[in-house]
Amino acid sequence: MIRKSASDGNAAGLVHLLARPSARALLALALILAVGAIFNADGAFFRWDTHRDMLRHISRFGILACGMTLVIISGGIDLAVGSVLGLTAVLSALMMIHWQWHPLVAVPVCLLIGAASGAVSGGLIARFRIQPFIATLAMMVFARGAAKYISGGRKIAQGVETPSGFQFLPLPSFFDLLNAKIFLDNVAVVTLVFLGCLALSWVVLDRLRVGRHLYAIGGNETAARLSGVPVGWTKVFAYAMSGLFAAVAGICQAAQETQGDPEAGVSYELTAIAIVVIGGTSLTGGRGGMVLTLLGTLTIGYLEKILSINAVSEAGRLMLTGAIIVSAVLFQRSRR
Amino acid sequence: MATLLSMEHISIAFSGNRVLQDVSFTLRAGETHLLAGENGAGKTTLMRILGGVYTDYEGSIRLDGEPVRFHSPVDAARRGVAMIHQELSLIPSMTVLDNLFLGREQCGPGGWVSFRRQQAACRQMLARVGLDLSPHTWVGDLPMSARQMLEIAKALSMDARVIVMDEPTSSLTAQEVERLFSLIAELKSEGRGIVYITHKMEEIYRISDRITVLRDGALIDTRPASDLPREELVRLMVGRELTEQFPERPSVSRADQPLLEVRDFTVPDPGGSPRPAVDGVSFTLYPGEILGIGGLQGSGATELLLGLFGALDSDPRGEVLLEGRPYRPGSPGDAISRGIACLTNDRKETGLALCLDIVANATMASLRKYSPSGIRRPGLERAAAEHASRRLNLRAASLDMPVEQLSGGNQQKVVLAKWMLSEPRLILLDEPTRGVDVGAKQEIYRLLFEWSREQMGILLITSEMPELLALSDRIMVMHRGRVTGWFTRDTATPEGVLAAAMGRVQEEMIA
Repeated sequence: MIRKSASDGNAAGLVHLLARPSARALLALALILAVGAIFNADGAFFRWDTHRDMLRHISRFGILACGMTLVIISGGIDLAVGSVLGLTAVLSALMMIHWQWHPLVAVPVCLLIGAASGAVSGGLIARFRIQPFIATLAMMVFARGAAKYISGGRKIAQGVETPSGFQFLPLPSFFDLLNAKIFLDNVAVVTLVFLGCLALSWVVLDRLRVGRHLYAIGGNETAARLSGVPVGWTKVFAYAMSGLFAAVAGICQAAQETQGDPEAGVSYELTAIAIVVIGGTSLTGGRGGMVLTLLGTLTIGYLEKILSINAVSEAGRLMLTGAIIVSAVLFQRSRR
Repeated sequence: MATLLSMEHISIAFSGNRVLQDVSFTLRAGETHLLAGENGAGKTTLMRILGGVYTDYEGSIRLDGEPVRFHSPVDAARRGVAMIHQELSLIPSMTVLDNLFLGREQCGPGGWVSFRRQQAACRQMLARVGLDLSPHTWVGDLPMSARQMLEIAKALSMDARVIVMDEPTSSLTAQEVERLFSLIAELKSEGRGIVYITHKMEEIYRISDRITVLRDGALIDTRPASDLPREELVRLMVGRELTEQFPERPSVSRADQPLLEVRDFTVPDPGGSPRPAVDGVSFTLYPGEILGIGGLQGSGATELLLGLFGALDSDPRGEVLLEGRPYRPGSPGDAISRGIACLTNDRKETGLALCLDIVANATMASLRKYSPSGIRRPGLERAAAEHASRRLNLRAASLDMPVEQLSGGNQQKVVLAKWMLSEPRLILLDEPTRGVDVGAKQEIYRLLFEWSREQMGILLITSEMPELLALSDRIMVMHRGRVTGWFTRDTATPEGVLAAAMGRVQEEMIA
């Protein structure tokens, strides 16, 4: 009897601590790191390079997850981000490599196109009450088609065929910059871009009125509407932000690959959703936040990195990732 | 006549609230037994126990003298108890045929559905209730009245001996009502028992053999209909004395300028029925006045409020003047900016975002004030929520608690806080004390009086008669979308209000 109550006390303390979603997400990340420390691939896990490369690799997904978080908190989902990433990768390569546009022109145009594609999805959802899954599925297919149409189905790279022969165009310095590593090669620029996107989304979600509106809509759309929240416009905004971040990721993708691949970003939306969900943001809307998405990004990033430095085959990696996503989500839910 | 069903000493409580207390009820073979009572008297709860929806009750049920305890609606249906619900249980995206055989498909060997057999049976079932339909019609394409008849056909096809009809005529045309009544006569002659619930006085005396009156979850009396004249029935339903449970209504000086003038306000039925939900309602509300709206289920009072708030999909018709200026209810956002607040009758579904904290919920309707430029001032939000929760005496460990962890009374205070912070001139209240404990009710009453003293206009719907009588300066009673009675504080009696709510038009209306 006495022993039982003592253990109850400990359990209660733990439960109390784990009542916070951020604590749970942190614990999940800590577990992954502990696994990495054990299976460290002859010390590879303890080298900064490994972490830097992981961060560089996961940054594009993290950028997509920023927009995805806004959408998911409003109770929606955006399946189009992978395709919009592909479209803007093609567009930015076309503008900056082939047409030699200045990045100050090309980047805003790409961002605008990304945001516009999101606004269209949001408009379909808000105005015509199409389910987010369907509307963004349609946008996903459409944007992929647009990427292939604009690129002619080929990768937009430095080499081009002209009537006078094969020509090799210079890579824009903006791509080199995005692709660089700074602080004595210790941090990838795309990682800084990711952190910037994260900070921007945090401001939107936590410091702007529209952020409250997103939570209210995800919490109870009817109650939000009856409280005078402009539900339609807020949704359009959320999807436009998601499209905008997809464009940011698309430009980074083009820079990292030094080309615009119309096939880029296939299934990236699923990774972005996995990041958001593993962080602990609820797919039903209303609960979650950017800190959770940061932790989710790191968790997924480290998971993939640890599996790859231990030379787990791709087949095994995919199966393990699937299993771990399910356990992480069950773990997130168990304390509610 | 043999006793078909007896429910003995039934009691049930939901989260500590006693809803039924020692109620006994018998149904004889071949009778129509009417269950009467105000909203919340426990009629529907009693029938849900019979139908196997609520299984955690005290007491016993005997069917044909044999003790039974149903574990689910399916279980009850199998034993011969059929329910015709107010909320239709048909699936709009399936055909008539598929709906009628849902869950009991006529299967041959190997699980093959025998469509031929089903079709033949389906035609028979439809003919019985006088529905001339193809079995392959989509239910979603049918008008509400046909759906209601279909629901009845479905119950009949189960060969039930006990048939419970809860407001079956609410969406039927006069002709269909006749059809239903002759069907009921037929069922009675076959020795089946019918439990009938209705709020319509004219129906009560047409079809009932015996009447059982429930009040506040207790059995009041069971008598043959012939022994229970109208006035007596209404008296039994209302029954209770007004006790000293209401704070004293402070006198409020009445302004000359009306706050709200509504002329010939009409709201189409949200379900698509040709009969409007609100039909040509006119009234005037003065600042500081509490205008109570009385009515039973389907009175249209809720639609009137939502229509005024701009919260319905279909546009209401009629003329509305707010503070002397024309007002067209377009959207809740417009309504709020014109100084209108609306507390809906279901805080969990339409009032609160349950997973969000108190601050987020309390400031939801007034965020613009705390972030004029779009940039939030979390400090202002918190201060406002703190101020409102202090004034409302909200009890919560912290303002960061998700509202789902609060009690019903405190949740309601969060909704009230939300509307208080929007600083309305006109507040529309639909059942503000529903599911709220006694202490919180008192506080809500005092709040209403305070608001009234601040010259706020209040439209109040409440299904609790004492509350309606004690809080309202004037009472407007509605029945099926129309105004059937007007009362002042001095002329209002429970009997008069209830009779008007059941459709008896008051002789001389004082508007």
